[in-house]
Amino acid sequence: MVALDAPRGRLAGDRRHLGRALAAWLTLLLLAVSVLSLGSGASGVSAAAVLTDWAAGRDLAEIDRVVLFDIRLPRLLSGVLVGAALAVSGAVMQGLFRNPLADPGLLGVSAGASLGAISAIVLGGLLPPSIAALAGWHLVPLAAFAGSWVAMIVLYGIATRQGRTSVATMLLAGIALAAMIAALSGLIIYRANDQQLRDLTFWGLGSLAGASWTKLGAAAPIILAALAVTPFLARGLNGLALGEAAAAHVGLRVQRVKAGAILSAAAATGAAVAISGGIGFVGIVVPHLLRLLAGPDHRWLLVNSGLLGASVLIAADMISRSVVAPAELPIGIVTAMIGGPFFLWVLLSNRRVLDA
Amino acid sequence: MSLIARDIHLRLGRTDILHGVDLTAPVGRVTAIIGPNGSGKTSLLRALAGEIVPVSGRIALNGLPIVGMRPEVLAGHRAVLPQQSAISFPFTAAEIVRIGLTSVAGDQIRQGALIGEALAAVGLPGHAGRLYQELSGGEQQRVQLARALVQVWQPVVDGAPRWLLLDEPVSSLDIAHQIAVMRLAADYARRGGGVVAVMHDLNLTGMFADHVLLMRGGRAMAEGAPAEVLDSALLSDAYGCRLRVGEVPRAGVWLLPHSATL
Repeated sequence: MVALDAPRGRLAGDRRHLGRALAAWLTLLLLAVSVLSLGSGASGVSAAAVLTDWAAGRDLAEIDRVVLFDIRLPRLLSGVLVGAALAVSGAVMQGLFRNPLADPGLLGVSAGASLGAISAIVLGGLLPPSIAALAGWHLVPLAAFAGSWVAMIVLYGIATRQGRTSVATMLLAGIALAAMIAALSGLIIYRANDQQLRDLTFWGLGSLAGASWTKLGAAAPIILAALAVTPFLARGLNGLALGEAAAAHVGLRVQRVKAGAILSAAAATGAAVAISGGIGFVGIVVPHLLRLLAGPDHRWLLVNSGLLGASVLIAADMISRSVVAPAELPIGIVTAMIGGPFFLWVLLSNRRVLDA
Repeated sequence: MSLIARDIHLRLGRTDILHGVDLTAPVGRVTAIIGPNGSGKTSLLRALAGEIVPVSGRIALNGLPIVGMRPEVLAGHRAVLPQQSAISFPFTAAEIVRIGLTSVAGDQIRQGALIGEALAAVGLPGHAGRLYQELSGGEQQRVQLARALVQVWQPVVDGAPRWLLLDEPVSSLDIAHQIAVMRLAADYARRGGGVVAVMHDLNLTGMFADHVLLMRGGRAMAEGAPAEVLDSALLSDAYGCRLRVGEVPRAGVWLLPHSATL
């Protein structure tokens, strides 16, 4: 047949084998980074030593057990989920808005989450003590998650008329909504004292330092459910690349794809931001890099974004823990310091493709 | 079996676009929709495609009303080539064509072969691996045509004809490719399918159309065989300029602006 690669019957221009191979490599990378992450940290507990002890049937020292299973493991799993959530949500939003620079921030999710977190940090003291005690120090993540959902639902409501969501309206309304939310946040920050301002700054830069089994237990089901939806969006997002009309022509239920994309990205991002605070760049850099490596077909792009996003976040977390040990840098600083220049380099070396 | 529109009234925003248009596109024929800019040709095609729902009127595809038909079922009956197709990400030509197979069942080897055949059919063999964004406008238009073709590759399935709805399929093409693409459409009809094409080039319409709908101001001015509709007086009236229709032996009708005939 024409244009077929004889030995394997593969059509030229079909890059799914690249996506498949990449998925295998990225899985190995994630495993490797995870083992490294478990084995490194301020306490000097070595995962290898602990595992050897454990395999030999010796009892673990209490300190080793605590460091490994109550500190590093939940932190590692939080990193995996947050990284995967941010990168996959980024890829989904870029597909939905047909724009490689889109990110979940466009849904008002980040702005809403910030407002929630800021409110909790600054105004949390005004709550009745019983409620404050019930929420404990989960107050900030809970408020962030609630804020992200309220913002997303308002925005989705504005952009949807007669069962059809206008992506263009959503984009513009999102800018207006983000401005209003930022103003509101500013008002609240105006009331903050010095300690609260410090908390706010650190929350805005993101960190996995507060990771715990409880937090993970609350966020993991949401993130996993949202990520589980995304493979069903892959064909729809491919079709949307031709525009909404053409996507419908080829037999896609466009509104269903749009609603699924918006809801899953907002849920995953909201939960991720609640665990870790604001972490930039992962959602844009990871999908972009993968598109350059294996093309924009979402059937592998979404899976690979999850794998690479998780690895990137764990690696960034390791760096944030080690450069100023025993103190920690906010992870958002690491992702931006490394991600920013890297993204610029990728952009400049691929101008030909981008300008076309 | 045919594609029938009856008394279609269409409104986009606050503007009435179509005021009661009728069309009967016969199967096994190329039907051309012609008329001046803004006469409602594209809107009618979009309504026929099920993309926009008319305010009133009825559209039936092979005897079935298309309103309320599920998208994936409709996709098995007809494929659509829109006027413009901007693509947001660096897909290859093969990947774009594959999107046309979204609602088509089939194993991967067969689908890969189909994509290759469709690209060859539109004159782009060996372009499967090229990035869509780096192709010329005419090549992009033919990749899109291949994308539409794979969706309804067999013109007849289980005795029911399938339809190609083409909006200005040759607008970006050089004259050789214009003829090649119109031959492809005519061949699809000859093998039992149906083709409805919005056309600007009246000479190509004269060469390839079997049935013509002439529109102006959201209304049908004339519908019928090319010999009836491609008439000097009728066309001059519709387009608002003096046109002269001549006949070339064994080649069909030819139109020239009046000034060029002096």
